[in-house]
Amino acid sequence: MSELHVSIGHDVLMGLAQAVAAIVLCAAVVALCRWQAVRVEREAAISMVRGLVQMVLVGMVLAVLLHGSLMVGSLILLAMTVAAAFTASRRLRGMRGALLLCFSAIAAGAGTVIAAMLATRSLQADIAILVPVGSMIIANAMNACAQAAERFRAEIVAHVGQIEAGLSLGAEPAVTVAPYLQSAVYASVLPRLDMLKSLGLVWIPGVMAGMMVSGASPVYAAIYQFVIVAMILAASGITGLVATVLMRSRVFSSTAQLLLWPTGLAAPSEGG
Amino acid sequence: MCTERSDVTDNRVSIEVVEAAAPTDTSRAGGLTVLETRNLSRSVGPRLLVQDINIQVSAGEILAVIGPSGAGKSSLLRLLNRLDEPTAGTVLLKSTDYRAIAPRELRRRVGMVMQTAFLFPGTVAANISFGPRQRRQTMAYAQVATLLDRVGLSGFSDRDVAHLSGGEAQRVAMARTLANDPEVLLLDEPTSALDEASVRGVEELVQGVVRERRVACVIVTHNREQAARLADRTMVLDAGRMVKIGATGEVLRNV
Repeated sequence: MSELHVSIGHDVLMGLAQAVAAIVLCAAVVALCRWQAVRVEREAAISMVRGLVQMVLVGMVLAVLLHGSLMVGSLILLAMTVAAAFTASRRLRGMRGALLLCFSAIAAGAGTVIAAMLATRSLQADIAILVPVGSMIIANAMNACAQAAERFRAEIVAHVGQIEAGLSLGAEPAVTVAPYLQSAVYASVLPRLDMLKSLGLVWIPGVMAGMMVSGASPVYAAIYQFVIVAMILAASGITGLVATVLMRSRVFSSTAQLLLWPTGLAAPSEGG
Repeated sequence: MCTERSDVTDNRVSIEVVEAAAPTDTSRAGGLTVLETRNLSRSVGPRLLVQDINIQVSAGEILAVIGPSGAGKSSLLRLLNRLDEPTAGTVLLKSTDYRAIAPRELRRRVGMVMQTAFLFPGTVAANISFGPRQRRQTMAYAQVATLLDRVGLSGFSDRDVAHLSGGEAQRVAMARTLANDPEVLLLDEPTSALDEASVRGVEELVQGVVRERRVACVIVTHNREQAARLADRTMVLDAGRMVKIGATGEVLRNV
């Protein structure tokens, strides 16, 4: 037992040393950016400290819960979904119900895919597998949600004239923003499509590498990795669609007036 | 139709320019009232954009709205087809409170041409048939061609809107609105971005369409000469309030 503790302590120390090396490399990149007047020092420092602290905490929690029940695993994923919704909703600052919108979209995308994976036994109901794989899917759903929401908002704000021209001609609000919804959903799945296209050519993702390290067949590991990335694409697509459709219902009033304006929400026609 | 028009002309003799703190519209010449506002107001936070506007516009009549920048001219126009919601008062469309009319139907009946044409990517014909398409009506090619003839753009059906001049785009925007067969035409500085030749062309088009189709027309303009050329009556807005309304010549003489 004492040998095990010594081994864990050794691993942690080694991990921290590796983290320091990674931080030094990032700091060097930040310095290079500063040389070109790109100021990312503060954000990079905060991100690195947050990332390290969060991952150490997650590791500690997982170490304790490694042998917990499926219910515990589900609660962890739920908590992760809430955290993801908080993060994604920052892109929609000022919009009423942004947190609930993001939570619904991420939960719909990630929840559907995780349920499908459990149903098809692509994912085992084992907390040690469920939580890491589930978190990957939730994280990608979060990115898709933020990308879709941000793009949709930007497109609407950039096309207020066209949208109101459409409304003035008697179009349904949904018709007037249809091209912008489509481009927002496309933008949210594009990175995942690129991931899928470059799979094995440009990168060998972590799951496959981990499976091979732990002795799985490389062919099975490769196929499983494809399954994971395809599921990530599916989760992103569902999330992007749900986020933009929910958002669409919030950017118009019940009497088909556009509420989202360049200066923020509900501030139309202040001029002459 | 002609009789109604001559009534308007005859009655104009007795029109008085109203100058009061919050004048009401007693200057209307007669004829069928198509559009009427009752204490129409809108405020955003503490700022009053439009306050207590009471006007009536008849079929075949052009009412110009003039005033300094920020007077609330565009804000008033946006209230008339309910692109913005009034915070007080309402609008009557042929005596029906517009809150009782579905927004899509209201906007079909109260057409609006904006300062910028805001055409949709694609062909001129696709833009013109946009409105009817929303009601699942198809416009025959000949109908589109007729409308384009009317706005002076014969043969433009298949042109890509990306290649139109400012004046052409504004004419397409006008034709697109007319395709909905509106009863009221709202024009928000439709010539402000056009050169002199295009301005005259669009003005003639507006006058012709209003007279032929007997639509009630409200045009926002910063240009007094344009108001003089186009409008039967003119209303002056300042800080959201109507300060004058009456026959265009009299109002402009007194501003």
